[in-house]
Amino acid sequence: MLPIALIIFGFQYLILRKPIPNLKKILTGFLLVILGLGFFLEGLQAALFPLGKLMAFQLTDPHFITGEEAYRELQWWDYYWVYLFAFAISFSTAIAEPSLLAVAIKANKVSAGAISVWGLRIAVAIGAASGTALGAYRIVTGTPLYWYIIAGYIFVLIQTMFAPRMIIALAYDSGGVTTSTVTVPLVAALGLGLATTVPGRNPLLDGFGMIALTCLFPIVSVLAFAQLSEWKAGRANKNST
Amino acid sequence: MESLKAISSALFDSLRDLLPILVVIGFFQLVVLQQPIPNFGEIAIGFALVVIGLTLFVQGLNMGLFPIGECMAYAFATKGNVFWLLCFAFALGFGTTIAEPALIAVAREAASVAAEGGMIAHTAESLKSYAQGLRYTVAISVGIAIMIGVFRIVMGWPIQYLIVVGYTGVVIMTVFAPAEIIGIAYDSGGVTTSTITVPLVTALGVGLASSIKGRNPMVDGFGLIAFASLTPMIFVMGYGMLV
Repeated sequence: MLPIALIIFGFQYLILRKPIPNLKKILTGFLLVILGLGFFLEGLQAALFPLGKLMAFQLTDPHFITGEEAYRELQWWDYYWVYLFAFAISFSTAIAEPSLLAVAIKANKVSAGAISVWGLRIAVAIGAASGTALGAYRIVTGTPLYWYIIAGYIFVLIQTMFAPRMIIALAYDSGGVTTSTVTVPLVAALGLGLATTVPGRNPLLDGFGMIALTCLFPIVSVLAFAQLSEWKAGRANKNST
Repeated sequence: MESLKAISSALFDSLRDLLPILVVIGFFQLVVLQQPIPNFGEIAIGFALVVIGLTLFVQGLNMGLFPIGECMAYAFATKGNVFWLLCFAFALGFGTTIAEPALIAVAREAASVAAEGGMIAHTAESLKSYAQGLRYTVAISVGIAIMIGVFRIVMGWPIQYLIVVGYTGVVIMTVFAPAEIIGIAYDSGGVTTSTITVPLVTALGVGLASSIKGRNPMVDGFGLIAFASLTPMIFVMGYGMLV
């Protein structure tokens, strides 16, 4: 936080040479942000992260997956609880992510209410959840990460050609915004747990990539939602005229 | 009375935002894993802290981070000095990334991967210098990303052209980069954009786009974060090839 404050006030006073309007209010705001983030992280570390990480390891444990049965060769579909957990945890952490909330508030204001705060957050959360679940599937099957990334890029580029122009920049932003304070530790723990317990995976090499997919898929889902609502609006227009 | 009402409604909003996590963790712990919740009291206190923290953060966002970002964007736009604006963009990207805790953690992990893969020696010193080099690489790449993004807003270029170039860069680098670094490189893109950077940078972009004539804040204002999560992938793979 200190370097950020230095940069802001340095440029403001040395380069722009203008006093900051409402300086008191802005400083209070900064203080609230620091305090709030401090509480937020402290609470996450006390409550959610240890339990979430423990669960990630327990759910990926072969003993849990085979249950009472004797040891057998596991297939990718035996990990269904893992995929479900990956989807659910990623969805719920995306909803709780403060950076996403910040961008959603801004987008709502800029679009004069056309983009609802909750609509954007849910669209992003669905994308993030699908990305994390797919990332879990990738680690279980051991397929190379770059296939998924390159296929995802091509898909995004095709979508971009058809999506409404207004949404494109916001959609591209929503990827990086999702993977932040709450999501990264839990999703990374899940990836590490999977790469440690799935036979034949190396945690150092295969444990990565969950974040990348969690980051890519919100772009797809936000573009898709925009296309869907445009198509719906177009149809409603046709019917009314 | 009014302010009490406002505070309780803000707290309620935060609680609603965090409820899904509680439901997911509770369901998996009690129903799927069939285990009791450990240290219930500690978790309840932690959760209360999270709710209060999120509430304060959102208040501070509207009071401090958004206004200062916009105010500076207007000041730069009226001054019309693109050089200093770009310097500011670079400093903001670099400064917010270099101290990012998530990045420090990823850089450390990346160093142990590199040592495992035999790219660097397995000593504490070489691990440390590798991790530090990686952090500077990512911070510089984010600085450049915000700079390019701001320049795009000033010029009014459509974002998709630059994204296509970026994606192509990632794909080309993937072909040449050592296999061990690829996963880390892809992840580093998502890790870098922190909770303080995002609101500041978003306010800067939207503020610039609304104060420069002929720019639309919705079409041109967003997209800075997109660059900040794209360039680290390219730079980290480059770092993996050079070191």
